[in-house]
Amino acid sequence: MVRRILGYLVLGIAAVAVLLPFYWMVVSSLKTNNDVFTVPVQWLPADPVWSNYADIWSKSGMTTWLGNTVLLSAVVTLLQVFTGSFAAYGFAKVHFPGRDVLFLAYIGTLAVPWQSYMIPQFIMMSKLQLTDSLWSIIALQAFGPLGVFLMKQFYESVPDELVDAARIDGMSEYGIYRRIMLPLSVPALASLTLITLVATWNDYLGPLLYLRSPDLWTIQLGLKSFINQYNAEYALIMTGSVLSVLPIVVIFLAGQRYFVEGIATTGLKG
Amino acid sequence: MTTTLAAGRRRGRPALRNIAVGWSFLLPNFAGFAILTLIPVVLLFYYAFTEWNVFGGSTWSGLANFRQMWDDTSFWTALRNTFYYTAFHIPLTLTVSLGLALLLNRKLRGVAFFRTVAFFPYITSIVAIAQIWNMLFSPSYGPVNQLLRAIGVANPPGWTTSADWSMPAVIVVGTWREMGYYMLLFLAGLQTIPAQLHEAAKVDGANAWQRFRAVTLPGLRPTTFFITVMLTIGSFKVFDLILVMTDGGPGQSTLVLSQYIYQKGFEENQFGYASALSIVLFAICFLVTIVQFLVNKSRDS
Repeated sequence: MVRRILGYLVLGIAAVAVLLPFYWMVVSSLKTNNDVFTVPVQWLPADPVWSNYADIWSKSGMTTWLGNTVLLSAVVTLLQVFTGSFAAYGFAKVHFPGRDVLFLAYIGTLAVPWQSYMIPQFIMMSKLQLTDSLWSIIALQAFGPLGVFLMKQFYESVPDELVDAARIDGMSEYGIYRRIMLPLSVPALASLTLITLVATWNDYLGPLLYLRSPDLWTIQLGLKSFINQYNAEYALIMTGSVLSVLPIVVIFLAGQRYFVEGIATTGLKG
Repeated sequence: MTTTLAAGRRRGRPALRNIAVGWSFLLPNFAGFAILTLIPVVLLFYYAFTEWNVFGGSTWSGLANFRQMWDDTSFWTALRNTFYYTAFHIPLTLTVSLGLALLLNRKLRGVAFFRTVAFFPYITSIVAIAQIWNMLFSPSYGPVNQLLRAIGVANPPGWTTSADWSMPAVIVVGTWREMGYYMLLFLAGLQTIPAQLHEAAKVDGANAWQRFRAVTLPGLRPTTFFITVMLTIGSFKVFDLILVMTDGGPGQSTLVLSQYIYQKGFEENQFGYASALSIVLFAICFLVTIVQFLVNKSRDS
């Protein structure tokens, strides 16, 4: 009994520690600027300033930033899911020489920090004249090994007998991929979709290096420049932060189960 | 039957066909991967030995970049700070996330809710999080220092405005952000440990701590190993959190290696020198991963 209560107590403290910064963000976004920093802290704004949520659209490029981010997230996710699952089928179900060595190279690069090769990558991209365009981010993020890795884990759990039976029936490998594997792997595809979507939405460094023109900025870059420009407008900055976080929280809550499953499978078998 | 069929496919013409089919599956992803990841990694080892002029051309300069590094005090500061972050971030995150996982692995009400909650910091953007924490840490009116004053700390630190406390502040936020992710990996690991092992230990009269030492920890070995590797690489490449929270400051108190690479490469256009710095980052991560693999292997046998 005591241990149970103690457990709840620790859990409660941890939950508050995790959530309080988010709560503070939301509350501050509904305050006037002068009320953000007060002694003591106002945990409930006396008079919520909803107009912050209207003002930010006219004071910033929020519409452009969100538009770019949605576009990038959608294209990157689509490519990552398609090319990733397609390659994963090759790695998991087709036998050919050199396959396992190649897969090792994929996995190996997961352990190489991007920061260590971002310089040569940038030089290459600028020679291809892809910098300062949305294409650079698409190229950068769409072909990662993560999708291959996650989908391969899943395809390997599908029995070979099933695939062989389809082969005997004369189905081509592409047919097996499309008509057997894809329908079977909807949960894994959902995981990969969510993970990629969240990563692309939240990426800051990629866009920072590659997207120089303001009309190409993503929400992360835009928010950062807004913070620099209006560094004393605390309430509005928090409003912008809420708007940058909200879509991802909604997506996460909607697909939480898949998200957690995806992390658990990619995480465990490294 | 399956094996004979698969074996048959590997011989003669079917094998050739398999190569073509296999590669056709890999190619859409592999082409992008090779051009955008493999080639840059290889180029890195060439660029590190070159000097770049203002017009964007490169000339071979041998070990000059590495000699420059040796005398570069900023480089040593960045390296020291990177190790500082790593040395505290890894044990802290391991402890907190394992503790949370153990707590959430029990049958308490509200566990599902907390698992979701713990994940929030990890899925939300660095820019927003860094900004929230910067404001929470604000020296005079920030909620953190208000709390510290309330519990009797007369002169709470200035956090991100103080050279001594900026790194601890960044480490706290880094841990807060990542603990939910690693907690989840630990939870998945805990669920692979058979419940009978715990039962048996209980019957033998082992108390909770003994069961943790004798059953849980050994059972978690593969998970702990994987998490430590991930955490190590993650800590050595830490960058965006620091860039947005402190921009390496005040002074150079939070300047880390990847940020220094960024400054040299993208702000000063010294691509050769930045590549040489990148090699150091690459080498550290590579060595640490190899060492961890060897240690893990020797424990296995």
